[in-house]
Amino acid sequence: MAVDPLIELRDVNKHFGELHVLQDINLTVGRGEVVVVIGPSGSGKSTLCRAVNRLETIESGSILIDGKPLPAEGKGLAQLRAEVGMVFQSFNLFAHKTVLANVSLAQLKVRKRKKEEADRRSRELLERVGLASQADKFPVQLSGGQQQRVAIARALAMDPKALLFDEPTSALDPEMINEVLEVMQQLAQEGMTMVVVTHEMGFARSAANRVVFMADGRVVEDRTPEDFFTAPESDRAKDFLSKILKH
Amino acid sequence: MDVLTDNFSLYGEGFLGTVELTVYSSALALALGFVMASFRVAPVGSLRVLGTVWVTVLRNTPLTLLFFAVLLGLPRFGLVLPFQLFAVLALGCYTSAFICEVLRSGINTVPTGQGEAARSLGMTFGQTLNQVVLPQAFRSVIPPVGSTLIALAKNSAIAGAFSVTELLGTYRTLNELGYSIIWTFIWIAVGYLIITLTISALFNVMEKRWGVAR
Repeated sequence: MAVDPLIELRDVNKHFGELHVLQDINLTVGRGEVVVVIGPSGSGKSTLCRAVNRLETIESGSILIDGKPLPAEGKGLAQLRAEVGMVFQSFNLFAHKTVLANVSLAQLKVRKRKKEEADRRSRELLERVGLASQADKFPVQLSGGQQQRVAIARALAMDPKALLFDEPTSALDPEMINEVLEVMQQLAQEGMTMVVVTHEMGFARSAANRVVFMADGRVVEDRTPEDFFTAPESDRAKDFLSKILKH
Repeated sequence: MDVLTDNFSLYGEGFLGTVELTVYSSALALALGFVMASFRVAPVGSLRVLGTVWVTVLRNTPLTLLFFAVLLGLPRFGLVLPFQLFAVLALGCYTSAFICEVLRSGINTVPTGQGEAARSLGMTFGQTLNQVVLPQAFRSVIPPVGSTLIALAKNSAIAGAFSVTELLGTYRTLNELGYSIIWTFIWIAVGYLIITLTISALFNVMEKRWGVAR
């Protein structure tokens, strides 16, 4: 197990009505670790990801970030969220702001940086995701892949301790998936702590330190990608892998 | 025609009275409506309850009754203000309930992901609302806010019954002076049209400038 835990979930439970979407989840993500969460639809993996920065509340159990329990509403929660970046399936760029303003907004409002400083940092990050030339455009003028890379830059602008990715490539055309995955690969190599919910098995194999397989609200397997993909233990995982790797 | 030219100053006073009522009440209604809409979407339960009660009570009370409550009720508690101010209070609070609901439906047109993205970056509820949600909601609420303010302009006529100087009330004086009731009302209607069409024009311009691009 990881030496230096950054994100810890202990006996986490949550229901959506009748559906027990998270059942006694225990998961530890170490500093600098890349954990890929995979599993069939409705297995609770997105909910798990969203619970880590409390976009979904949990009913029982505890979630610790850097040793401290996740605060309830209010300033404490806002501060914690600034430390844990999130990238969404549907990008969620602020539609009324330019690309540059999207990346700068929270730096100004949350980190209280000066405008020039924030914009300089934003341009650096846009450069890094290969979109420096798009800074003055609005989100609708960009392709999905470009929007998602802006969203990653926006999350990075807060200098987070960890990044959560909730199916970051699921809404993208196939040819745009790679440009996003490349940025994520690079982040992983640089030692960013990442929790990635995805269906990209290639990414899971190449970038993940661990693969967590979820089904029906439970963590079924939690192993290295090599072990998981070559020798899955559970029937559920074998079944899942046989279905997705057939094509 | 005589009725207007002979009594221009009387019409003018009434017209200005209605304009003043409309402008002040609109300002109050917009400010209060904004606060109440924020309450209704707040993460704090007690604020949501307050917002809901405010809307339910004011939206479902006849405006005339509200005028009675304010003009006759408040002085009983030792609060004595000029009648015009009372009228602004009654009209403003009443209309704020409608503005609140219009703003809230505007807030609901903004995809939830926008607010989630803002919160995930560590922005507080207030920052999320003011920086991300409301600027986008604003675009879609311009037309209905315009309608609500036009309704307010016309509702201000009720203040006339409580001896506040306003446009409709001028008919009583003119009637006593023996002018044709039809022409009296035609010129009053023209006065209201000037005000309401100005509001329409203003909101048309705002919609062209900031409305949702389709």
